[in-house]
Amino acid sequence: MEQLPLFTQRFWTVTEFTLFIRRLLEKEPATQDCWIRGEISNLSRPASGHIYFTLKDTGAALRCVVWRTDASRIRIAWLDGAEVEVHGRVTVYEVSGQYQLIVDAVQPVGEGLLFQEFLKLKARLEAEGLFDPGRKRALPEIPSRIGIVTSATGAAVQDMLNTIRRRYPLAEVILCPTAVQGVDAPQQIIRALKQVVVEGKPDVVIVARGGGSLEDLWAFNDEQVVRVIASLPVPVVTGIGHETDFTLADFAADLRAPTPTAAAELVTPNRMDLAAKLLGTQKYLIDLIKGTLQELNLEIKQNNYQLKLSSPLSRIQMQRQTLDEALERMKTTLIHQSELRSMRLAGFMHRFMAVNPTAVVNRGYAIVTHLTTGKVITSIQQVVNGDNISIRVKDGGFNAVAGEKG
Amino acid sequence: MSDKKVVYKNIAEMKYEEAAAELEQIVNQLEEGQISLEDTLVLYERGQLLSKHCTDLLNAAELKVRTISIDTQSNSQTSEK
Repeated sequence: MEQLPLFTQRFWTVTEFTLFIRRLLEKEPATQDCWIRGEISNLSRPASGHIYFTLKDTGAALRCVVWRTDASRIRIAWLDGAEVEVHGRVTVYEVSGQYQLIVDAVQPVGEGLLFQEFLKLKARLEAEGLFDPGRKRALPEIPSRIGIVTSATGAAVQDMLNTIRRRYPLAEVILCPTAVQGVDAPQQIIRALKQVVVEGKPDVVIVARGGGSLEDLWAFNDEQVVRVIASLPVPVVTGIGHETDFTLADFAADLRAPTPTAAAELVTPNRMDLAAKLLGTQKYLIDLIKGTLQELNLEIKQNNYQLKLSSPLSRIQMQRQTLDEALERMKTTLIHQSELRSMRLAGFMHRFMAVNPTAVVNRGYAIVTHLTTGKVITSIQQVVNGDNISIRVKDGGFNAVAGEKG
Repeated sequence: MSDKKVVYKNIAEMKYEEAAAELEQIVNQLEEGQISLEDTLVLYERGQLLSKHCTDLLNAAELKVRTISIDTQSNSQTSEK
């Protein structure tokens, strides 16, 4: 009797299993960063831009893929049968269940050795201090003469001239053409560098070369070229190859630009920026002068005020006021005194009136005068019966005749 | 306040970088402000002329390219080729 298994068998799905294998492969560091040497075969370059090939030797074959983004950086001659060294990481393409190498760098066989040499020379020059950041000089803010050492043919020189023409055509360019690749290149580059400095008296020098293979750029790793670049009396900017290329000349230069065009940009100010800055300066100048004039104006006002405070005018005004007050007092005094006088006069008049005989007459008394003697009669002794007398009353007089004494 | 007579260069003959440098110097002087009104006005006027000259230069410039050859010297020094 067949016994049923206690537990049902666990089945993987194909996807699960493939994923498991993939993880297994990718977990291994050795497969994720490796250099592999072999021969290119079955090269395929579809329109997508990705590159597919098989790397093989006599015993085995390995599927390789270069993604489009990496493919644009890798500049080797893609040829079936080429011996190359590729760098990449292993993964599994789940759809077809194939394992494959994702390639991110390719170099011709032997270039590795060249690279070793490069590193050795770099280390030596570095130890000498040739690449010290402290040696780097600042570029002139506004260059008047730009020396260019590059190939007379090729796009690089035109790119640079166009860039300078567009950005800062005020500069003068002193162009010293030279071979930039081949056996003669290092010697020619050295002569061109020296000559452009002596004859052109530039304030900055560009050493440039368009893109090419690592071998094409090799002249710029020449020890003598590197030393001359480091020793030039004016700042040097390199624009050699593409962004990803680094030569020893780049390290020795005062500034490294990724491309010739970029080098031309780095040595020139942009005239649009300059024009904008000029406009700003003009406005600023106007502001400055306005400010100065305003300040002066304020100062004048202040001084004026100070002057007024200390001017004799105020004293004169003060004195005038004192004078006015004195006059006023005098006037008051005068009025007062004359009032006093007239009051006193009135008093006199009053008292005078009191002794005035007419005043008595006013009250009903009469003054009797003897008509013959003219004397005022104050006693009966002075008159006899029948004497003519004059009697004066308040409003006039009349004559009378004296009668019997009573 | 200073009676030193400054001899100014003819602006029309100045190169851009010269004119730009003097313009900057003038702005600095005006910023410091330790100058007489008369000098201030002279500097201001010159500043305006300099900046106009610079603008004109920027607008009118045409790139001059001079090519020198390394062959002349290589002949006398090394006659490899």
